[in-house]
Amino acid sequence: MPNNSVLLSMKHITKNFPGVKALDDVSFDVKTAEIHALVGENGAGKSTLMKVLSGVYPYGSYDGDIIFEGKSCKFSSIRQSEQTGIVIIHQELALSPYLSIAENMFIGDERATLNIINWDKTREDAMKYMKRIGLKENPNTPVNRLGVGKQQMVEIAKALAKNAKLLILDEPTSALNERDSQHLLEILKELRDKSNISSVLISHKLNEVAAVADSITILRDGKTIETLEVERIQGRPASISEERIIKGMVGREITDMFPKRNNPIGDILFEIKDWSVQNPDNPERKKLDGVNMQVRAGEVVGLAGLVGAGRTELAMSVFGRAYGENITGKTLIEGKDVDISTIPKAIDQGVAYVPEDRKEFGLVLIQNIKENTTIAKLKKIAKASVINEHDENVVAEEYCKKLNTKTPTILQMTGNLSGGNQQKVVLSKWLFSDPRVLILDEPTRGIDVGTKHEIYTIINSLASQGMACLLISSEMPEIIGMSDRIYVMSEGKITAELSGKTATQEEIMRNILNN
Amino acid sequence: MSGLIAILKKNVRQYMMVIALAVAMVAFGLLTDGIFFRPVNLTNLVLQNSYVLILAVGMLLCTLTGNIDLSVGSVVCFIGALCGVMMVDLQWNPYVAMLLALVCGVMIGMWQGFWIAFVNVPPFIATLAGMLVFRGLGQVIMKGQTKAPFPREFQVIASGYIADPFGGASIGTVNLHLFTLFIGFIIVALITYGEIQKRKKQKQYAFDLLPSGIWLAKVVFIAAVLIAFTIVFAIHRGFPNILILLGILVVGYQFVASKTVQGRHIYALGGNRKAAELSGVKVKWVMFWIYTNMAVLATIAAMVFTARLNSATPKAGQNFEMDAIAACYVGGSAVSGGVGTVIGAVVGGLFIGVLNNGMSILGVSTDWQQAIKGFVLLAAVAFDLYSKSRSSKVA
Repeated sequence: MPNNSVLLSMKHITKNFPGVKALDDVSFDVKTAEIHALVGENGAGKSTLMKVLSGVYPYGSYDGDIIFEGKSCKFSSIRQSEQTGIVIIHQELALSPYLSIAENMFIGDERATLNIINWDKTREDAMKYMKRIGLKENPNTPVNRLGVGKQQMVEIAKALAKNAKLLILDEPTSALNERDSQHLLEILKELRDKSNISSVLISHKLNEVAAVADSITILRDGKTIETLEVERIQGRPASISEERIIKGMVGREITDMFPKRNNPIGDILFEIKDWSVQNPDNPERKKLDGVNMQVRAGEVVGLAGLVGAGRTELAMSVFGRAYGENITGKTLIEGKDVDISTIPKAIDQGVAYVPEDRKEFGLVLIQNIKENTTIAKLKKIAKASVINEHDENVVAEEYCKKLNTKTPTILQMTGNLSGGNQQKVVLSKWLFSDPRVLILDEPTRGIDVGTKHEIYTIINSLASQGMACLLISSEMPEIIGMSDRIYVMSEGKITAELSGKTATQEEIMRNILNN
Repeated sequence: MSGLIAILKKNVRQYMMVIALAVAMVAFGLLTDGIFFRPVNLTNLVLQNSYVLILAVGMLLCTLTGNIDLSVGSVVCFIGALCGVMMVDLQWNPYVAMLLALVCGVMIGMWQGFWIAFVNVPPFIATLAGMLVFRGLGQVIMKGQTKAPFPREFQVIASGYIADPFGGASIGTVNLHLFTLFIGFIIVALITYGEIQKRKKQKQYAFDLLPSGIWLAKVVFIAAVLIAFTIVFAIHRGFPNILILLGILVVGYQFVASKTVQGRHIYALGGNRKAAELSGVKVKWVMFWIYTNMAVLATIAAMVFTARLNSATPKAGQNFEMDAIAACYVGGSAVSGGVGTVIGAVVGGLFIGVLNNGMSILGVSTDWQQAIKGFVLLAAVAFDLYSKSRSSKVA
């Protein structure tokens, strides 16, 4: 099946923003019928490159050439690039939630004669494309009734309907669980093999990249570092390893992705007993059912499970009942019953929750680093409700330094920071609240490898100071690498408790699925 | 020069309104052959716009949460009616009546705040209901009549001037209100001192500093403008009582908004309600107090307005909510919430007031004035969005 004809060739692309060279003489080739992964740390220039390709940055605003199917392209809008056959699927899905699958699929390209929509043809065509990617749903279903995984599939079907020859997927699996991710990647392979459609896959999940990519281009600091061809023997990558990719991305070898921790583990610090919670949208169902959990001082406890298993709901319902109804059960700190039934009470008792979605729930993006750092415990730097600005500046500077947050000043708006630095600000906020119990919900999602390593180091130092850390993560290597103990959760119940030293991915998966 | 342009570009929204206000005032000064700057006219300008400015201060907090309060004009009518019944019909002691009116204002605010904060009725709907309810109730209390005249003690809040313990001084034919001058100079001294302190701190943290020449020019300019206005007021009859009240409210609310825990909570809530809630901000109570506060300020505005007119009428306060909302958005509030300042809202309100006043002197009809106000609001917000989209592209 080797096919070496070049589909897309981007040559010597340079793109300047005021004061920053975002892309510096980048060249990028995609062959016909291949899955080409584009990897790099945050800010390496992946998104900028794709915006140049798709016409978001119009011809003339960059230097260099784009050649697609042998023809030179000068896109001035997304519409033009789509007509040529280049379709980009963004991380945040662009579906209209109350419209049906079929309606969404043909938005902007309605099946209509004389401006009157032909609904039969709309449904018929929708079915055709849905069948091609194996999406078995009624085309009249509103997309908000579908899970994220299926919504992602609708996006792909929509791209096919536009006659895509090259799909660009920006972090397509970041919001998907293991199973849906696998499924999505299978679809990409099938499109490659059966329809000769190429994909550019932008992803931080290197295991995925290693598993499906035919070639991998690594960007760093706006430059192409290298393009690796992946040879496969019986479907397994033979010439490439995650370590090899990481080395290219960060320019150095991270020998130990998960740094070791040697601190002694103390007594039980935080305990959840018989915790049951009802789903507010569906009172019939218990979202959490009799959960028991203990975290010791100085211990990092992993909480593994599929998306939807109830991990985030557990964290949020414990943290000031930010989720759920009819909550029953007890929370104990140092063996004593504590009232953490509202968020301010939880914070006062030293419980902190770093949420899953830092942009939606973690930060006020239009406020600066300083304001975000102190918001959870302003009273620490205020007298009679008046904020002491000097103290506030000192605190913000201190945490920026401690966590190595990269920013010109603490007055930088958090919306302008990269994902990794945003996460560090969220961590700063919660460390400033003097927690004893720190719940981290997907703390490294969408964060580049170098910063991930830094965050692991921070978690370790917190544990060594005697904090009780509960780590929720969908990345199994992270759970296994970081945790002293692991709870496995499935459908609102704890199904297993494993030792972090001996647990394997297979063992965790088995406990998730056996339930 | 390029440095100056860069600074202007960076803070374009902040400076633009102040510059626009200054330009409008100078332009009207020229067009009206100086009538605009006559002491009596500037005093009038303050008196005419005081109630809208008081409302704008409270409305700013509502816009910070990404919402508005539509009921304030009707609350002005209702409280006016209440004052009329208590002071005119029942001849109660005006001070007792004012206190009762304030208590009533607090209760109105709590009523609206309750629905908004704890029942989650969208503020637009809850205050639209309030707008209908309180206009209606006001007319019910007044039985369609106008209540007048009000006792002297009540009228003084709107039409009085501060006393002059120094007795005044005359220079030629001009009488100067010495206490006004005294207060004016103290305020200038305080502001200058504050600016110097602020600059010292900024230096300490190595934040972006204005070049010292521009900073000095800014401080001198502010001082000169304030002294000029102080002198103008001193020549007339001194500071009006209302200006003092307004000054206290503006300074007080600016302080609360920018320097206190409560203020920070409001901005955080407006910027991202969910994130603020998960950071321990009691978002429901914040919403409750913002709307309670709004009704209290509407009550104060009602008393000022009723006292100035010396009558309570069923039509009182009509469209005041719109003027206050316009003041906030012209003054730089973001429609999505989280952005805006008390000073900005006041500058926005003054800008609209100056346009009204200047155009009235020039004999422009009120119909045209209305239309022009509309264009100004649209232009200000459009410019805001335009400059924001440009700055985000640069970043």
